[in-house]
Amino acid sequence: MDFSWLEIVVASLLLTLVGGTILTRGRSWLDPVFWKRFAIVGSLVMFTFLWILTFDTMRQTAIGKGRIPDPTVINKKIGYQLDAETGRYRPVILGDEPLFEKVYTREEAMRLLTKGKLTIQSRNCMDCHTLLGNGAYYAPDLTKAWLDPKWEKIMIPMTGAKTKEEAMVRFLMNPDKFATWTRRMPNLHLTEEEAKAVVAYLKWMSAIDTNGFPDHFGESKLVEF
Amino acid sequence: MSKLYESQKIALLYFSVAIVLFGAQLVFGLVAAYQYINPSFLYEVLPFSITRMLHINAMVVWLLMGFIGGIYWLLPYETGRDVVGAKLGKLAWFLLTAAVGVVVLVYIFKQIGQGDFFTLWFITEGREYIEAPRWADIGIVAVMLIIYFNVAATVFKSGRITGLMGVLLIDLLALAGLYVAGMFFTPNITHDQFWWWWVVHLWVEATWEVLVGVLMGWALMHVLGTPRRIIEGWLYLEVLLVFGTGILGLGHHYYWIGTPEYWLGIGGFFSSLEPIPLVAMIVHAVYDAGVHKLQTVNRPALFWIFLQAFGNFFGAGVWGFMHTLPQINLYSHGTQMAASHGHLAFFGAYVATNIVFVYIILQHVRAPEGPILDSRAWRVAYIGMILSMVGMVGALLVAGFAQTFLERAVGGATWQDYITAQMHPWVSVPYLWRFGFGILFFLSYLVFLYDIATIGRRAPSVEVKPA
Repeated sequence: MDFSWLEIVVASLLLTLVGGTILTRGRSWLDPVFWKRFAIVGSLVMFTFLWILTFDTMRQTAIGKGRIPDPTVINKKIGYQLDAETGRYRPVILGDEPLFEKVYTREEAMRLLTKGKLTIQSRNCMDCHTLLGNGAYYAPDLTKAWLDPKWEKIMIPMTGAKTKEEAMVRFLMNPDKFATWTRRMPNLHLTEEEAKAVVAYLKWMSAIDTNGFPDHFGESKLVEF
Repeated sequence: MSKLYESQKIALLYFSVAIVLFGAQLVFGLVAAYQYINPSFLYEVLPFSITRMLHINAMVVWLLMGFIGGIYWLLPYETGRDVVGAKLGKLAWFLLTAAVGVVVLVYIFKQIGQGDFFTLWFITEGREYIEAPRWADIGIVAVMLIIYFNVAATVFKSGRITGLMGVLLIDLLALAGLYVAGMFFTPNITHDQFWWWWVVHLWVEATWEVLVGVLMGWALMHVLGTPRRIIEGWLYLEVLLVFGTGILGLGHHYYWIGTPEYWLGIGGFFSSLEPIPLVAMIVHAVYDAGVHKLQTVNRPALFWIFLQAFGNFFGAGVWGFMHTLPQINLYSHGTQMAASHGHLAFFGAYVATNIVFVYIILQHVRAPEGPILDSRAWRVAYIGMILSMVGMVGALLVAGFAQTFLERAVGGATWQDYITAQMHPWVSVPYLWRFGFGILFFLSYLVFLYDIATIGRRAPSVEVKPA
């Protein structure tokens, strides 16, 4: 859609104002019918705009349509960099990086992501963590979890894994054994297949363009105490 | 006890379950709050994900049951007749209560399943707020349709549609229809959360707000005797403002989930206006009470009406506005700021509404001919609940501000930044305050239970002066 947010806002307000004025002409503003008609017009106009925007958003956010990466992005190296023009961080593709030493076809990758999403829902991940910032606040946000430096710094040595994805699988299958804090993740009995699917999902999710959320991920000036 | 319509008997059924679930909400909330302080507590029995889910789901269901009870209560007043399908209404109540019972047992004893569709259909959908498995979703929609049929058929059979009922019929249809938007699976998390917010936001920040507008409008007519013409004029204005700002205000949930950039401007603009209808409600309530010089036959209901107006404005309006612009939300999104806002908004807007109806019903049942409904206990519960809620909200606000700055602005929002921020005394100490005020809230709830069991039961004592 080629309209800016301001044009959409002005158009919706203007339509409400014009439609309401036409339907209430000759009536006093103290008459309840005046507000009844305005309420009907305002609700219809806003709901119509919501539907139009919904269709446009669905189109722009289909899998593989730019903002939402193709499933085969799990075969690529993903980065997160500041875009100088917009002043916001965006995911970038930095070459090839097979997952679990395998290059997935589109169909295989889609199957894996579907399994990952089903697993995430079946374990109520959102009731401790946030995904894309939505969920509960008892555990870290997972939006860019794939890019988290802790996997390389702490979890690979701790789990004895060779790669990041292997460390993630080991952690997900036995989070109670590899706890790094008193607030431990419970063992949710993920199978290896499920854990691998969740890792693939986290990698794919880190490549979604989230308009810069979270800002400067991984670049911390926070002093640990 | 004065005569009750069948419709009002159904209301009593709904409120009795609602009040029990209110208690369940508080118990699981306390356990979840304590798990923040002592994460080993019930770690392997009832992990935080389950206690928090039960805390919020119990709230959603008890508020909804209270609203349905409120609708059944006012239906005979607005239509001048009893409900058309009394047996059907009771059956729907029974089905809903039984379904809630089964879902809760599965939540507690089964908790999670394998990553497949069976889990989504029979154990949990794993989507915050609407975790109920698919079979229960279908049941909820069926029950809502029965309730809708009952209300609509009663209104049409009465041969008159008041303004309140007209708004209610349209709003209930939207409320039932919107729930369907949350009943599907997609591997695309952006689409998933997009439609999920259609349900959650357009319920809580649009259709629920209008529904409590109807309920509170009726309550003002009933408790203060405000003329219908004024109530209905205000209600239409409120619908214009709530739907006018709240429908596209949905955009404030679409900043960071992969959706296009235009949502930043649209969501920021309209959600900044969302407090306006809530200011209108305050003006309305204060004006009406002033006109009637606070003269009422139902003191607890009147004071809870005040709380509803102010609580809704501060909780939903001010606390929502605090973090609604994308420029701050980029950092505060997904922090305790949202928990602070959620607690005050739900308490002010919705808990207060249901308690108003509890007292209106109690007056009708226990003291229809007067004197005024009053007691000492309701004041204790009222002040206790307000103080403890303000305490919890304040604690979470401090934790939320600190988390926003430490984890997101200074830190890089990573796993380790999260832990470091959570361990900072500005975040960890408020969790203690929150738990303490939570206990105070629970004690106030017990006083509330005592009050609703006793208020209006005893005849007023009459002093007889010796001759």
